Amino acid sequence: MEHSNFHHALKIREDLCIGCSHCMNVCPTEAIRVRQGKAVLFGSRCVDCGECFRVCPVSAIIIDHDDFNYIFDYKYRIALVPAVFTGQFPEDVSPQQIFSVLLDLGFTHVYEVENGTSLLQQAMHEYADKQDISKPLISSFCPAIVRLIQVKFPVLVDNILLLKPPLDISALHIREEMRRKGITDKEAGIFYITPCAAKIAAIKDPVGEDKSPISGVINMDVLFNKVYRKVKTRDNKSCSLPVYTDLPATARCWSLTNGEAPLAKGRTLAIDEINNVIDFLEKLENEEINDVDFVELRACDESCAGGVLAVSNRFLTAERLRNHPANIADLPSGDHPDGFRDISENHAEIKKHIGIEEVKPRSIMKLDDNIAEAMRKMEKVNRIMQVLPRVDCGVCGAPSCQALARDIALNEANLHDCVFIQKILEQRGELSPEESIKIVQKIWGFGKTNKYRDLKGL
Amino acid sequence: MHFEFQVEGGNFSKAGTASSQLKKILKQLNVDSRDVKRVVVALYEAEVNVVAHAYNGTIIIDIDTEKITIRIEDEGPGIQDIDQAMQQGFSTASEMVREMGFGAGMGLPNIKNNTDHLTITSEVGVGTQVNMIINFNS
Repeated sequence: MEHSNFHHALKIREDLCIGCSHCMNVCPTEAIRVRQGKAVLFGSRCVDCGECFRVCPVSAIIIDHDDFNYIFDYKYRIALVPAVFTGQFPEDVSPQQIFSVLLDLGFTHVYEVENGTSLLQQAMHEYADKQDISKPLISSFCPAIVRLIQVKFPVLVDNILLLKPPLDISALHIREEMRRKGITDKEAGIFYITPCAAKIAAIKDPVGEDKSPISGVINMDVLFNKVYRKVKTRDNKSCSLPVYTDLPATARCWSLTNGEAPLAKGRTLAIDEINNVIDFLEKLENEEINDVDFVELRACDESCAGGVLAVSNRFLTAERLRNHPANIADLPSGDHPDGFRDISENHAEIKKHIGIEEVKPRSIMKLDDNIAEAMRKMEKVNRIMQVLPRVDCGVCGAPSCQALARDIALNEANLHDCVFIQKILEQRGELSPEESIKIVQKIWGFGKTNKYRDLKGL
Repeated sequence: MHFEFQVEGGNFSKAGTASSQLKKILKQLNVDSRDVKRVVVALYEAEVNVVAHAYNGTIIIDIDTEKITIRIEDEGPGIQDIDQAMQQGFSTASEMVREMGFGAGMGLPNIKNNTDHLTITSEVGVGTQVNMIINFNS
């Protein structure tokens, strides 16, 4: 399987990995194999959904973010905060309090991502009225979904809404506001607080744009701990208050399931959780679904409230955002001289940059670029499938018999990696017990086989 | 490469199984997305026709590097007037079938629009044979 240059925020720490294969079994794009007792991630297949991160029992899968102190490389430090961040905290911690702590921690400005949704909604409506677009439009909000479509549903890349997500729109606004104050892009660092790995990958390696306006990314779980500790311990008498604008409910709930769909034109649908999304995209690709104008697809259950870096229970986070108490707006808001104007002030300038270029497919499905060669490999896969046991046990180091057959046809695995085939070969005298053990050790390392070998009895 | 699929008349929950399987095959063969789309639309419509009108059917598929040839044979009522059936909006589908959202009279015209070659032969009371060819990268 070819490695790729696509940036991934998900990394496997070999020193911690115990080769348990939990991650391999949940990966929706079959991007993980076990080799030498360690999980190996194949970059061309990974969409950064983070399902592996959720199931790893030893935290060997990490999400590679920027060190917090990196913010101090900039004279002006802007925290770009998604609504789900405030949703992580208990009800009695107000957004104003959270934002105030962010200033204490070293940020000079705090800005909410969802400020960008008003312009986006307008642009979405204009986009939907265009003549030559493929329906249904698929939201570009969730970067894991955009990547999923690129690798697994190349037929559907033309359906992706070619508009920047709220995150980038808000960052563009901040850049404009800074420039207006005479502050250069080099002096101002915009840091996004991310609930997931996919957003990091999208910032470090954007699809359909050259470079992200965002300077760095901080994982939500890390910042939550920093903020909550300060909320609990600080002396509240001498705090500074940031500018706080109470967002309308439509903006605040944009990143939740059904955050976008009801605001788009025509017949719309919202689907969350990556396996549900895959089921739906299969149907869509089969042309079985007609007359739908817009689909909101999110990789996580309960959308961003269920992001892999979320700390709080996803249902409670969604509830907090939906039941946002009305009195929050009445709490004091700082009159920060450095505050940003309303995003509509930069409408004209942002509109010039709100589009993204067409999204290119990068299929992981194809067996070969050349159709004749692909047919030869497919025939090989089919022949191999005839002899494999179809129990999907994973002992070969691949997630399914089908995946092993494919790996063999692509010369990345051997038929004798299958334990059932090993038994037959041993019975026929074509494989010695020593060779058989060596095969297992090549996949699972020495630790697992030595455990029992060194045992004197149970 | 040669593939065959069976279609069960009246079972709408399974309509689309063959086109879905074929789509997976074509994606692995790196067939151009636009051609995959044409094949899927044409075969899905043909499958729904068999499910809606016939008792059972067989789909026979041959793929080479240039094109895909699909033959669908069914045992069913047959088509009385093929020219009429080819017209957009014409349908003999029953009320039940229409209520399920099928039978809008778009099936055969849609197949024609997505194929490079289409022939239909039919014998009333016996069954229908549909032959279609879609050239790759045409």
